[in-house]
Amino acid sequence: MVDLETTFKEVVLNTMARLFLTAIFLLTFSLVSAPVLASDDKDEKQEQNDHSSDDSGHGEEAGHGDEPKEYDPVGTVVEHIADANEFHIWKGVHMPLPCILFAPGEGWTFFMTSKLEHGHQAVDGYVLNHGRVNRIADESFPKGEVHIDGVVHEEEHHTDENGEEVTEEVAYAVYHGEKYKLDGPTKWDGGILGGGITSFYDFSITKVVFSMLFVALLLIIVFMAVAKGYKKNDGKAPKGIQSFMEPIFVFMRDEVTIPMIGEKHYERFQPFIMTLFFFILFCNLLGLIPIFPGSANITGNIAITLTLAVITFIVTNLNGNKHYWEHIFWMPGIPAWVKLILTPVEILSLFIKPFSLMIRLFANISAGHIIILSLVGLVFLFGDMGQNLGGAGIGAVLGGLFTAFMNLIELLVAFIQAFIFAILSASYIGAAVEEHHHDEAHAH
Amino acid sequence: MVSTVFLSSFPILLPDPGLIFWTFLIFVIVYFVLGRFAFRPIQNALKKREDDIQASLDEAKKAREEMANLKAENEELLRQAQEERAAILKEAKETKESIISEARDKAKDEAQRIVASAKEELEHKRMEVLTSVKNQLGLMAIDIAEKLTKNELKGKKEQETLVNTLVDEIKFN
Repeated sequence: MVDLETTFKEVVLNTMARLFLTAIFLLTFSLVSAPVLASDDKDEKQEQNDHSSDDSGHGEEAGHGDEPKEYDPVGTVVEHIADANEFHIWKGVHMPLPCILFAPGEGWTFFMTSKLEHGHQAVDGYVLNHGRVNRIADESFPKGEVHIDGVVHEEEHHTDENGEEVTEEVAYAVYHGEKYKLDGPTKWDGGILGGGITSFYDFSITKVVFSMLFVALLLIIVFMAVAKGYKKNDGKAPKGIQSFMEPIFVFMRDEVTIPMIGEKHYERFQPFIMTLFFFILFCNLLGLIPIFPGSANITGNIAITLTLAVITFIVTNLNGNKHYWEHIFWMPGIPAWVKLILTPVEILSLFIKPFSLMIRLFANISAGHIIILSLVGLVFLFGDMGQNLGGAGIGAVLGGLFTAFMNLIELLVAFIQAFIFAILSASYIGAAVEEHHHDEAHAH
Repeated sequence: MVSTVFLSSFPILLPDPGLIFWTFLIFVIVYFVLGRFAFRPIQNALKKREDDIQASLDEAKKAREEMANLKAENEELLRQAQEERAAILKEAKETKESIISEARDKAKDEAQRIVASAKEELEHKRMEVLTSVKNQLGLMAIDIAEKLTKNELKGKKEQETLVNTLVDEIKFN
């Protein structure tokens, strides 16, 4: 348990340091961007009206109108870390991805994102908005492939049930002078964070899903080669990729699975812990590669960490033995009134554990992506969107140096976070399958 | 354009059911494929190799111990052989000595016996010779006496003197 505590402390420190860094960068950022943005306040209204969805936020593509568009650091960062239905590769080149969409009452719709023409064409009421497929729920909108004039974003003010003024950004598709409201895909946040169930579900192979498939393929190729090595070099020294992976594998076994799960049970759960570790590690590392097929913020998306945490939760609790459940519902060896307090705490901790797994990985990787994107954004910010070459140069040197530094840290974080996820999962599983010796266990 | 950052515009915070579905599917497939065809074989191979190494080490240790035992045994055997040899040699020596001394004793005895018997014989012979000499001398004496007597004993007186002398002489003998 001492190990776990140290790990926990490290995690807390790590997160705190990260938050601190983020805070500093955001502060610097706002200080730098405030004057730039303030000078263009008057253009804001107009900006929003013809803020078409294609290549918006991409600094390098900003020269699309006659006027150079204002650089929006927050928008750029948010769009880059978000999932998308097409994979932006280089300048205007996008890799089309298959869309698998389900609207209740409407049924399934399949097509490639190339059909959507970056927001200029609607297919069965589906339109691309900020790289995501949105749906026009309005029945009057024509089916099939329809050319639209574009997508506009408007801020709408209304008062919610508590009487507070709420500002909401709403996107509209413009078709024949008419505006049709766009629905985003359903999000399972219960509507708390602004998502909620909408008129359709998006089961597309998005950028993140594509990256995950790539990781899965990579993992299978790499570890099949390693496994083949063990068969081929049976009784001989490891060779090639086998000897590269073996120390990592042995380290994970000797430092994570055996000490956390115990000699008796570790073999049963080792493949699971290894899959978790290498899957997260490969996703983290792939996210750090700035060019295709990297760059997708896989483990920095709550849906992915949520799923991984839920899988750990299921595996842990399906394998919980009698003692594990006894310790949760009726901790032996303590007075009854303490049990009344302890039981709810234990039940809560049952869910807090996977929740913390989910948040930790998500926050760490997202923060890393945000910092790096912000630093790269310095080039555009200092360069005044290509108007100020000197500023861009300074931004490039400054941003480049900081980005290089941050990338090194992120490399470390990629390993640490995968390791922490694996070791904590192993410790939860270990606690669930541990055989208790009561006299011993409660003597201290 | 300063846009207020809405939580809804921070889409990575909103769990997307499609993404959850794909993550689950991909992870489970990766787990089953890698678990079945990679991680389990790898962990078994590693375990087998470790067991092999341990077994080899144990075997080497055992062999070394056996060798040490064998050496000790050999030394013991050698020591025993040497001892035996020494014992045999000693015994042989003793036997030799005893044989020699026995032979010597026997020879001595024999020699003594021979000497004794020779002495006896010598005595015997001497006595025989003596006796025969005595007899011869007697006879000669008788002859001499006879002759003398014949010559001298022409008178009575001379005869008597002679007899007396003779008697005396005999007495002395």
